This record gives sequence, structure tokens and C-alpha cells, in this order.
Amino acid sequence: MTLNVIWVVVDRTGDKVATVSLELLSKARQLATTVEAVTWGDPSQIAEVVGAHGAQTMHSVGDLGGGLPGPAVGAAIADQVRSGSSPDAIFIPQTYNGRDIAGRLSARLDRPVLTNIVDVEESGSGLITEHAIFGGTEVLRASFTAAGPGLFVIRAKSFAAEPGTDGAATTDNWNVPDLASTGAAKIISSHVEESEGPKLDEAPVVVSGGRGLGDAASYQLIENVAKLLKGAAGASRAIVDAGWVPYSHQVGQTGKTVKPTVYIACGISGATQHMVGMKNSKNIIAINKDQEAPIFSIADLGIVGDVKKVLPQLIEALEKRN
Amino acid sequence: MCSMKVVVCVKQIPDPAGNLRLDQASHNLVREGKLILDESDSYGVEMGLQLAEQAGGGEVTLVSMAPNSETSGLRTALAMGAANAILVSDPALGGTDALGTAKILAAAIKRAEPDLILAATESSDGYTGTVPVQVAELLGLPSVTFSKKVTVAGDKVIVERQTELGYDEVEVGLPALVTVTAGVVEPRYPSFKGIMAAKSKPVEELSVADLGLDTSEVGTAGSRQQVVSVVPAEARSAGEIVTDDGEGFQHILAYLERIKVI
Ligand SMILES: Cc1cc2nc3c(=O)[nH]c(=O)nc-3n(C[C@H](O)[C@H](O)[C@H](O)COP(=O)(O)OP(=O)(O)OC[C@H]3O[C@@H](n4cnc5c(N)ncnc54)[C@H](O)[C@@H]3O)c2cc1C
Ligand SMILES: Cc1cc2nc3c(=O)[nH]c(=O)nc-3n(C[C@H](O)[C@H](O)[C@H](O)COP(=O)(O)OP(=O)(O)OC[C@H]3O[C@@H](n4cnc5c(N)ncnc54)[C@H](O)[C@@H]3O)c2cc1C
Repeated sequence: MTLNVIWVVVDRTGDKVATVSLELLSKARQLATTVEAVTWGDPSQIAEVVGAHGAQTMHSVGDLGGGLPGPAVGAAIADQVRSGSSPDAIFIPQTYNGRDIAGRLSARLDRPVLTNIVDVEESGSGLITEHAIFGGTEVLRASFTAAGPGLFVIRAKSFAAEPGTDGAATTDNWNVPDLASTGAAKIISSHVEESEGPKLDEAPVVVSGGRGLGDAASYQLIENVAKLLKGAAGASRAIVDAGWVPYSHQVGQTGKTVKPTVYIACGISGATQHMVGMKNSKNIIAINKDQEAPIFSIADLGIVGDVKKVLPQLIEALEKRN
Repeated sequence: MCSMKVVVCVKQIPDPAGNLRLDQASHNLVREGKLILDESDSYGVEMGLQLAEQAGGGEVTLVSMAPNSETSGLRTALAMGAANAILVSDPALGGTDALGTAKILAAAIKRAEPDLILAATESSDGYTGTVPVQVAELLGLPSVTFSKKVTVAGDKVIVERQTELGYDEVEVGLPALVTVTAGVVEPRYPSFKGIMAAKSKPVEELSVADLGLDTSEVGTAGSRQQVVSVVPAEARSAGEIVTDDGEGFQHILAYLERIKVI
């Protein structure tokens, strides 16, 4: 192993660990002798799963009192690094909170960040990162040139989350220094937008719709197929920006990265910014009325046809089988 | 608040519809030719204009860092209604990383003494998505990222911040920095009058030295990271393509059976 210590920021979705953090822990365990997790809130609920994925220790900055994680976690990590207990690398998930933490930490420590990382490999005494650029048509590899811990901001689905047999992580508390006004933003209320079925980035089947659906109401076709295949419904940015579906459905560069067993793209042209978020799916099926649509260049099965004809027939056939 | 001063960060970028490429030697994004207003920032500009109106007055100042004294993107935003702009342009800035960019923007923003700073959640070309929060930290300000709705209430803003499960309602006192997602508002088209007026709106151009910063903190020198290589990604090849003759769905069913999804 190249590195002694890696810290991994553990983000939370509700009261669960965000899956991407488990992916980062699993990777960190392959790269470093010691893996420590950094989180907030009550660490006891998640010590087991975090331990199983490779962290021996978990540090929590404690209850945020309604504050956002960015300033508190960023400042606490910065203090630890400055006081000498610096790791070799800090892995941060590219989530809403992760980016806030990375930005705060980077400015506090005056350390650069590498972002949108999709792979990390050992090289000499350090790490080389991989980035999918220009819609994933090119792979850029980069590294830090200065001493001190690098801040690695890593996208979801870059590694597999692999639980081992290790026991729960031991937990302790990290002090948060005075945040002055940087910590002034407070959450007044949280709203959960209920969605049925598996989560988009975890579902084995993802059925996505694009502008080719013609109108917002036709998105129902996508939801029906997704439900019948016990999958999740995704979308291109075009229909998210048009207000047909919420942003949480968006797949691509500025949305989610998905790697299901099968991805079914319906009425989606296949812009590079969309493909970068789904082209690592195991199987890709595309339905598009234009046989020149770029999506066909990466599809295992392409149907040149009208989504409004093909999808209702598919739904009927799937319903009969159930 | 009766008069609100809003700074909107606007990045001027090579047209994403064109061919983006990296320079072979420096591995920096080629930023020659005409640059345009990053569409992601058009939402911030619109939001800034609306909030200033809602606050019962105020103005929007643009802040941008761009090569070659570029103002085309700024003119677009000025034509939408922004009052003036600060542009930082300096040959020393080539190859600046996200933190270096944040240092420049923070120093420029400080001069405008804003109540509210708006930026996009991420740019269309570099999309690190870290610059705005770095700016907030450098200025000692609170920040709320990923907002899909922003309302001003007295000397506070209330923001609906996107989360994995839905959204949080977040309250923050001003001054503060807020980043907005695409589609939050409908950016207005500049009117002919707006376009004409934009030509004479003030754009203050500054160098790194003007901001009191040292050129060693920015540019390639300040970036402390390097590109090791750039190679084409492994291409995925096309499979079977069939034209739907009313039986297209059967091919899908057969495929799903073969991979044991059904
Ligand atoms: C910085 C940046 C980031 C971006 N990030 C993302 C991202 O994260 N995700 C994303 O998806 N996009 C993203 N985009 C947008 C992307 O470039 C495309 O504009 C978008 O993906 C297009 O969506 P679409 O395929 O639904 O629409 P279109 O490109 O309009 O394609 C519609 C397709 O539907 C087909 N069609 C029409 N009618 C029918 C029919 N009846 N039956 C079958 N097919 C039909 C057409 O042939 C066409 O191919 C980004 C763009 C930029 C600049
Ligand atoms: C493909 C690619 C990958 C890169 N990866 C990294 C990386 O991993 N780490 C790194 O440090 N740098 C990276 N860079 C360099 C980085 O893009 C530049 O430093 C850039 O100046 C700022 O980052 P951004 O565009 O990613 O900002 P983001 O944080 O994505 O920008 C968010 C918002 O901040 C505001 N903003 C950002 N830049 C400006 C500006 N110049 N003027 C006005 N407002 C602005 C805008 O509102 C913008 O929408 C990369 C560049 C490219 C082309």
C-alpha cells in the first residue's frame, strides 16, 4: 500500500450513510493502511456499516444545530490537519454537502482540490486521479504537485461498495472551531419528495425519458415501464429544465451517474453530457425515431421507432407477463 | 431592505456547442476566439435582477475573470439589465485552478461590497462546482448552494436547497453567497434597448496587481496540480439496431429475458 492514512468524508442521506461514501471507504481501504471516517450528527447509528466498509475510526463533529455540514466539517478537518494529525489524502464524495465541505476546507487550508474524479490509482508515493472530460470522450489523469494532504472530490459510482468482516468503527468527537458568520445558514425545515421504488443511482434497471416524449404527461409511460421492471425513472436535462420532472431524476454530467444492469433511453438524443452519466451501464437499450441519433452508437439494442408507439406496447406485454 | 446590492459571478466560456479541446502542451482548455456568457450564469443574472426588484430597488454588479479583456459575455448580461461589471483579466491568470479563481473573484467582489452574491452551482466548462463556496470562505461569509428558489425577507434570504431526498428550507442573514441551479428562473432575452444600453455600461477592468494579489498565487504557478495525460476514452460499440415495424417491443422483451431482467 502506498499511503498510510486516508480520511473519508461520510455524507448522510436522511439517517443513512450516502452510498457514495461507502464506495470511497472501500477504495480507501485498498490504498491505505489506516482509513478514518469523518462525519456529523450521531455516529453510533452508522458505526457498524462504516466499520464494515473499512474505517477503523470515525470522527464526528457532532450535532450541527440546524447548520449545514460544509462550514463545520470543513473547519474541523482544517483544524486537525493544522494541528499535525494530517492524513495523506482526504476523499470527499461529490454530493451537495461534499462539495460544500471541499470548498470550505480548500480555502481554509489553502489547498487545491481535484474534482469530478472517477478513478484513483497509486503511483510512486502518491495518487493519480482520472477524470472523464468532454462528456466522457476523453480521460484526463492528474495529480497534486504540492506537499500536504490532497483534497480528492470523487463522483458516485466510481468504485464498488464492498463490505468486509471488520467490526464497527470506534467513534470520537472532533471539536468545531468558532465559525463566525460562515456558519450562519440554518435549515428551518426539510421536505421529502416521496418517490416509489428503488433509488435512481441504485436501481438495477433505469428507464429514462427525453424530449422525444413530446410532453410532460407522456413521462407516465416511463414511470410505468420503470415500475413494471422494478426499476427507477430517469430523465435527460432537457425535460428537467422544461419542468416536466424534478432535478432528482436527471442523469448526466450535471445530474446523477448511473450504472444499472440495463439502461433504457427513450426519446433521448445522446448528448455527450447525458452519455457521461450512463454509458457505463452494463446493457443499454435505446428507442429513438431518428436512426442517426448519437445514443445508438453506444446502445446494445437500438429500436428506431416512436416512443409513443413502442412504450405502450411494451407496457401491455409486461403487464401480461406479471 | 430597500436597496439591495447584488453581485452575480458570471463566467465567460468557449461555446459548449462548439468543439471544446485542451491545448496539447499546457493541457489547459483552449479559450481563444469569442467567449460567451455561460448559460448556467444566465439564471444567476435573472435571479439577481428579480431579487433587486423585489427588494424595492438596488442593482446588479457582474464579476468575471476572463482572458484577453473579454467582454462579450458580460455585455449579454448587461443587456439583460445588470448595471455594471468588474472584469479581472491578466496574462498571469492562464491555467488558474478553482482556488486561484476563487481568490481573484473574492478580491474583486469585496470591492463591490454586496449584500448578496449569486453564482451558478457549477460552470459548463470546468464544472468543479467548488469556486463559489471557496469564495464564501475567503470572504468569511455563509453560503447556501444548490438553491432552486430564493426569496428575500428583510435582511435575510430564504432558500430552498436541493437535497438527495427533496429539499431543505434554509434561512441565512445577509450578506451571504447563494448558488442557483439551472432552470430556477426563466432568463429574460435582452431587448434591443437593453443591448444598446449595455454598450455604454461601465466595465472596470483590473489586473492581479490591482487586486493586491501576488501572481504566484494564481495561474499555473499557483495551481499546485498537474495534468499527467489526456487520452481518448474507451469507446463503447453499437450493437443491434432494428427498425420498429410494430414488433420493436418484442426485441426489447427478448433482450431483457436474455440478460435475466425479466
Ligand atoms: C454544461 C452542460 C451540462 C449538461 N448536463 C446534462 C446532464 O447532466 N444530463 C443531460 O441529459 N443533459 C445535459 N446537458 C444537456 C445536453 O447537452 C442535451 O441538451 C440534453 O441531454 C438533450 O436532452 P434530450 O436528449 O432529451 O433532447 P434532444 O436532444 O432534443 O433529443 C430528443 C430526441 O428524441 C427523439 N425523438 C423525438 N420524438 C420522438 C418520438 N416520438 N419517438 C422517439 N424518439 C423521438 C429525437 O430524434 C431526438 O434524438 C448538459 C449541457 C451542458 C451544456
Ligand atoms: C475539464 C476541466 C476540469 C477541471 N478540473 C479542475 C479541478 O479538478 N480542480 C481545479 O482546481 N480546477 C479544475 N479545472 C480548472 C477550473 O475549471 C478553473 O480553475 C476555473 O477557473 C474555475 O473553476 P470552474 O469553472 O470549475 O468553477 P465552478 O466552481 O464550476 O463554477 C461555479 C460558478 O462560479 C462562478 N465562476 C467560476 N469561475 C468564474 C470566473 N472565471 N468568472 C466569474 N465567475 C466564475 C460562476 O458563477 C460559475 O458558474 C478544470 C478545468 C477543466 C476545463
